[in-house]
Amino acid sequence: MKNSKITRVAQLGLFTAVALILSYVESLLPPIWAAVPGIKVGLPNIIIILILYKAGFKAAAAVSLIRVSIVALLFGSVMTLAYSLAGAILSLTLMALCKRFDLFSTVGVSIVGGVSHNLGQILVAIGLFESVQIGYYMIVLAFTGTVAGIFIGLAGSLLLKRLEKFRF
Amino acid sequence: MIGARNVKPSTDGKRKTRNDMILAAVLLLVAAASFLLWHFSRAEGESVTVKVGGTETAVYPLSEDREVEIIGGEDNEYRNVVVIRDGKVSVSEANCPDGICVKTRSASRAGESIVCLPHKLVIEVTGEKSEPGLDMTA
Repeated sequence: MKNSKITRVAQLGLFTAVALILSYVESLLPPIWAAVPGIKVGLPNIIIILILYKAGFKAAAAVSLIRVSIVALLFGSVMTLAYSLAGAILSLTLMALCKRFDLFSTVGVSIVGGVSHNLGQILVAIGLFESVQIGYYMIVLAFTGTVAGIFIGLAGSLLLKRLEKFRF
Repeated sequence: MIGARNVKPSTDGKRKTRNDMILAAVLLLVAAASFLLWHFSRAEGESVTVKVGGTETAVYPLSEDREVEIIGGEDNEYRNVVVIRDGKVSVSEANCPDGICVKTRSASRAGESIVCLPHKLVIEVTGEKSEPGLDMTA
């Protein structure tokens, strides 16, 4: 029993590292539309979805929070940590609820994750800047978040299919 | 949800895919509708409001050309140059790491804004009709 626990920790650590690499790869991509900050593909979410389906909410939350903290330490600041945390917490909670109620496939879950990640960040920005006008960005982000969510969800379902025999 | 457990896996998959598509369609429609509403309801701006860290620091009329240097941060290390020309406002220079505010296209209509996240700076175009449009963000 003890061994399986150690294996699990090691596996989650491995996937955290993969998520970190995907965060880095994403930071290298050129901005899709510089006028609207926050447009992203959300590559690390592939890993978060994989873990959410394979190992459950707690494990996904751990990997997500560790990833966000390390990314902020390595590439960002306290400011970026606030944005990322809000996005990550909101998106993971809503994705877990969607999965719990079995409403959508990974594609729908990932769309919810993408759009709510943007929503969390915009809400923090509205709070920090005390300006409701920033909310207008959400119009564009709802659109791009949905499109990105579709692709990430498809990638996630492919990965789940390939790793069908893999167990945490 | 009732009876969902009795259906065969293939039908379950179809139900979820259908739900996925409904979700995507609803989100895209809501985004498109809000965009059209926002696009056609906004009026030409009257003035430019500069906010640093949520506090309003200056208001300039959009009709007068000018160039203002905005210094912020605890040790005055943040610098943005705001240019108002021909009824449009833009950021011409900034020492922020991402430079997104400089790349943002110039703003002239009420409700448009230019944001510099690292410097906590928001440049908003306001006008007589800027207030009623706010509930659209909900």
